[in-house]
Amino acid sequence: MPGEVKVLERPHAEASYVRAAARGMGITLRHMLNPYKVTQQYPEEKWDLAPRWRGTHRMATHEDGTAKCVACGLCPTVCPVNCIKLIPAEDESGERYAAVYEIDEFRCIFCGFCQEVCPVEAIHLGVHYENAEYTRERWVYDLERLCEQDHPFNTLWDPADPRSE
Amino acid sequence: MQPLSGTALVIFAAVKAIVFFTLMFLIVAISTMVERKVAGFIQDRSGPNRVGPWGLLQVIADGVKNFLKEETLPREALKTFFMLAPVIALIPATILFAVIPFASPTPTRWGLVEMIVADVPIGFLYILAIASLGVYGVVMAGWSSGNKYAFLGGLRASAQMISYEVALALSLVPIILLTGDVRIPELVSMQQSFAAAGPPTVSMWFIGPLLLSAFFFFVSGLAETNRLPFDMPECEGELVAGFHTEYSSMKFAVFMIGEFAHMITTAALVTVFFLGGWDIPFWSGDNIRVLADGTVIGDPTWWKTLLTLAAFAVKLSTVIVLFIWIRWTLPRFRYDQLMDLGWKFLIEAVTLYIVIIAAAILVLEALNVPLGLGYGAILTGVNIVLAGILFFFIDRGAVIKGAGYKGHVVRRQRVDEERQDRRDRASAA
Repeated sequence: MPGEVKVLERPHAEASYVRAAARGMGITLRHMLNPYKVTQQYPEEKWDLAPRWRGTHRMATHEDGTAKCVACGLCPTVCPVNCIKLIPAEDESGERYAAVYEIDEFRCIFCGFCQEVCPVEAIHLGVHYENAEYTRERWVYDLERLCEQDHPFNTLWDPADPRSE
Repeated sequence: MQPLSGTALVIFAAVKAIVFFTLMFLIVAISTMVERKVAGFIQDRSGPNRVGPWGLLQVIADGVKNFLKEETLPREALKTFFMLAPVIALIPATILFAVIPFASPTPTRWGLVEMIVADVPIGFLYILAIASLGVYGVVMAGWSSGNKYAFLGGLRASAQMISYEVALALSLVPIILLTGDVRIPELVSMQQSFAAAGPPTVSMWFIGPLLLSAFFFFVSGLAETNRLPFDMPECEGELVAGFHTEYSSMKFAVFMIGEFAHMITTAALVTVFFLGGWDIPFWSGDNIRVLADGTVIGDPTWWKTLLTLAAFAVKLSTVIVLFIWIRWTLPRFRYDQLMDLGWKFLIEAVTLYIVIIAAAILVLEALNVPLGLGYGAILTGVNIVLAGILFFFIDRGAVIKGAGYKGHVVRRQRVDEERQDRRDRASAA
C-alpha cells in the first residue's frame, strides 16, 4: 500500500500575501543592517583546528634527523586504501630502516590507522590541511618530504593519558 | 531663456545621448555590484570584497572574465538570429532611457538645455511601445538556440512578459487621467507646485494620489524585468538556464546587462511617474517647468541642475535597492500562480482601479475642486481606502493559492470518504 500523503491545512483564509511579504522584507532588512557576518576571510583568518585534526602526514625524526621508522610493515598492512608503500632494508648493524617509504596523499582517507598502529610513534597525521600541488606526482610524499613537514603532530591520544582516563 | 534650436540642438542632443548612455552603463555596472553586496548582507555574508577596495573593482573583473571566456556557437543554432538576440534584448531597455528626465533644465549660452535625451511629445506612449519590444530578444534567443530547453524558456518568458505588459500599461492610465498630458517632463512638473503660474498642477508626488497605481506598476514592472519573485525565464530544474542556455561569454553578458538595464529603466520610470522625478521635496526653488510651447516657468540655474540630479540619483538608487531587496526576500511564484496573478487578478484590479479613479476625478471636477494640493489629498484618501480594501480583504488567500489551497484538500477528503464508503459497503456485503 502506498504511503498516505499528508495534506496540511494552511490558514489560507487569514493569510495575506502582501502582509506576509512585508514581514519577510522586515526580516531581510534586519539581516542587511546587521553588522554580524558569518564569512571567514579565509587566507587571512584561518580555522582553529582541533588537536586531533587528521591532516597531512608527518614522520617523526630522531635528533640526528633520521626517521624513527623501523620498517616493521604494520602501517601498509593496516592501511585500508593501500596508500603506503614501504620497502624495508637493514643496515650493517642489523637495524631495520625504510629504504622506500611513500604515502600517496591522494589515496589516503586520513583514517589515522597508521598512526595508531605504529609501534615506535614514527608516522603521524598532522594538524594541517592546506595542500595544493601543480602535478599529481607531487602528492606522493616520500620519506624525506614526510620528515620535512613541520606542522604539529596529531595527538590521537594524550601520551601521558593514553586511555583517556 | 529659450529652448535650444538649430545646430546647438543637434550638438547638445548628441552630447546628451553619449553622456546619458555612458551613465546608464555605469549605473548597470554599479547595480550589479550593489546586487551582490546587498545579497551578501541579507544573507549575513560580506559579498565580493577581494578585488579592489571593498570589492569595488569586482565589476571590472567580471567584465574582463566575460570577454576572455570562450564563445560558443551551437551547431543547431540559427546564426543570424542567435547573434542578433542579445542586442535586441539590450536595445529596448537602453533606448527607453532616452525619454527619462534626469535633472532640471540648465541654462547655457545657446539656450535652455533640458536634461533629457529626447523630449518626445508622446513620451508616455513611446515608453509603452518600446517596453513591449523587450520580449523579442528573449523569444528570438530561445528559438534560435536550437535547444528545446532554451525554446521552452523563451516561450515561458514571452508568455509572462506579454501577460504583465497589459497590467503595466493599464497601471499607467490613471496618470494620464490625472495629468491629461503624455510628455514625460510635464509629468514631473505636474508633481511640483508653481503657485499661480502656468496651468495648475497636482503639487504632490503621484505616489500619494495614485498609490495603487504605483503598486501595480511596481509589481508588473518586477514581472516585466523578469526579476524575482517573477523570474520564470530562469529555472534550473525545469529549463536548465532558460532562454540563454546556449549563450556564453560576452553574448551572455549582454543578456545580463540587458536585464539590469531593464531593471534600472523600470526603476527610473517608477521614480519619474510616482516619486516626482528629479523634484526635491519641500523646496520650491527647483520647480522649473518648460511648457510644450517653450515658455519657461521658474528660475533654472546650473547648480539646481546638479542638486536635482542628486535627488534623482537618490530616488533611483532607492528604487533599485528595493528591487534587489525584494529579489533576495521573496520566494518565486509557481508558474500557474504567476499567470493567475497576472490574468485573474492584476488586470481586473487595475481596470477596476482605473474606473474608480476616473469616477473620483469626475466627481472632483463636478464639485469644482481646483487641481492642487487639496485635489491630491482627496485622491490620496481614496487611494488609502482602496489600498486598505486590497491588502486586508482581497489579498487574504484569494490571490495566491499555495500548495495548501483548500480546493485540493476538500476534493481529497471527498475522495477518501467515497473510498471509505465503498469499503464499508463491500465489508457489509
